[in-house]
Amino acid sequence: MPTMRDRFAAVTTRLLDEDPRLALVLADISADRFTAAAAAHPDRVLNVGIREQLMVSVAGGLALTGLRPVVHTFASFLVERAFEQVKLDLDHQDAAAVLVSALGSYDWPEGGRTHQAPGDVALMDTLSGWTVHVPGHPDEAEVLLRDAVASDDRVYVRLSAQQNAAARPVAPGRFTPVRQGSAGTVVAVGPMLDAVLAAVEGLDVSVLYAATVRPFDGAALRAATEGAADVVLVEPYLAGTSVPFAAQALEDRPHRLLGLGVARAELRRYGTMADHLAAHGLDPRSLRARISGFLPLPV
Amino acid sequence: MTLTSESARLGHRDLPRLMALMTGDEKHGPAATSTLDVLWVLYDRVLRVTPETADAPDRDRFLLSKGHGPMAYYAVLAAKGFLDPALLSGFGGFDSPLGYHPDRVLVPGVEISSGSLGHGLPLGVGTALGLRAQGLTDSRVWVLTGDAELDEGSNQEAAAYAGAVGLEALHTVVVDNSSATHGRRGGIAARFAAEGWSVLTADGRDHEALAEAFTAPHPGRPHAVVAVVEPKH
Repeated sequence: MPTMRDRFAAVTTRLLDEDPRLALVLADISADRFTAAAAAHPDRVLNVGIREQLMVSVAGGLALTGLRPVVHTFASFLVERAFEQVKLDLDHQDAAAVLVSALGSYDWPEGGRTHQAPGDVALMDTLSGWTVHVPGHPDEAEVLLRDAVASDDRVYVRLSAQQNAAARPVAPGRFTPVRQGSAGTVVAVGPMLDAVLAAVEGLDVSVLYAATVRPFDGAALRAATEGAADVVLVEPYLAGTSVPFAAQALEDRPHRLLGLGVARAELRRYGTMADHLAAHGLDPRSLRARISGFLPLPV
Repeated sequence: MTLTSESARLGHRDLPRLMALMTGDEKHGPAATSTLDVLWVLYDRVLRVTPETADAPDRDRFLLSKGHGPMAYYAVLAAKGFLDPALLSGFGGFDSPLGYHPDRVLVPGVEISSGSLGHGLPLGVGTALGLRAQGLTDSRVWVLTGDAELDEGSNQEAAAYAGAVGLEALHTVVVDNSSATHGRRGGIAARFAAEGWSVLTADGRDHEALAEAFTAPHPGRPHAVVAVVEPKH
């Protein structure tokens, strides 16, 4: 099955042809997917080698001259390793870029902790003004990537090898209602949607789909929770990352919140993505138990 | 943009008076004065940028990477008309645009916000690449670094890459006041030369020698000037 990362390479290659303002900065990772683009645009497809700090700083410099940089590597190296460059060479310079990551939290379990970044979105939350997209399907990734490139905003696009069977119509920045219920609301972020829908089958709950988590669509959450402000957030990164944002959206009404996601403790196991999802309680069976235990469902 | 009739007349001899208007950051005094002559020669003789062209796409860029001790920088910017000399006395104040580390959003003519060491040269690489990608091949990028700042590994990433791709528009002047805690085996010049840079060493107080080193041709290679000044300690 083609992945979001495949789509990112194809779409970015086309956008480089169409938009002379666009530049792509790489640090070896995925460079093999851009050989044709690099040949066509040697001054705008820049592979700096295994130098992630430089990769982000170069994006800052490019932006200062008026270009629109897209920066890509694995989340652990893009956001965590080069975080001060993100903070100072983009934000503090009042410069902008589109950061596009791969591997996420558990995409390559055999690779171990060094290639897992469940804390990336929480880390980006320490900055201000970043849009964060977490698409759940290659079609959604394309919509959100094109939107990001066309804007002048600072945007983080988090791509994963985990994806839903079908794409949803996504509007950048908006949560989408997927199903209606009366006993509470589950917000499924990006690749978590299929597991959430399987988990709540037959349960009287609403499901909201979020392919953009920052800004957090508090209005959609308020609209979905008019009857019952009991909310479960299911995120494919650190559990609870969006809980403060949901709490803020619901601050003027009584509410209960449960944040599900990747555990903070290092798992220190290899195996498969399915193994890791189960270990974090993000498989449909575990999710059903956690959700039905929290929401006031009729017994 | 403020270009006062007074500042249009100011010269190198006025810099001590302008610097004296800024008080409170004496801890960084040695860092500030070490850069004074280098900054003056760059702005007076080398950089093709004026207050009128401070936003022109094809201007030369000066990036102060060693952002601490910016009094000499602010004094030169004031002398050259980029900022009103009357602002200098507010240095470090809540309502002043002039902090102990410069902020490009607050000060006209300041190309980067700096303070954390090791960001200027990598930003300079990106700036030079961005100019090249837009066909602005006559614009040059100058980054002022310090010898101790080269301890930061990010500079190594930038120097190695710029040398490897022959980034001719990129220049750095390393103000060497012997302040790196562990020194540098083989010297600063050898380090840049090994990465494929053109390198010259000059007396950091000798304006003629600096101007000559700054303007030496370096086809197909980035250019580093090691400007040696009196040791910090």
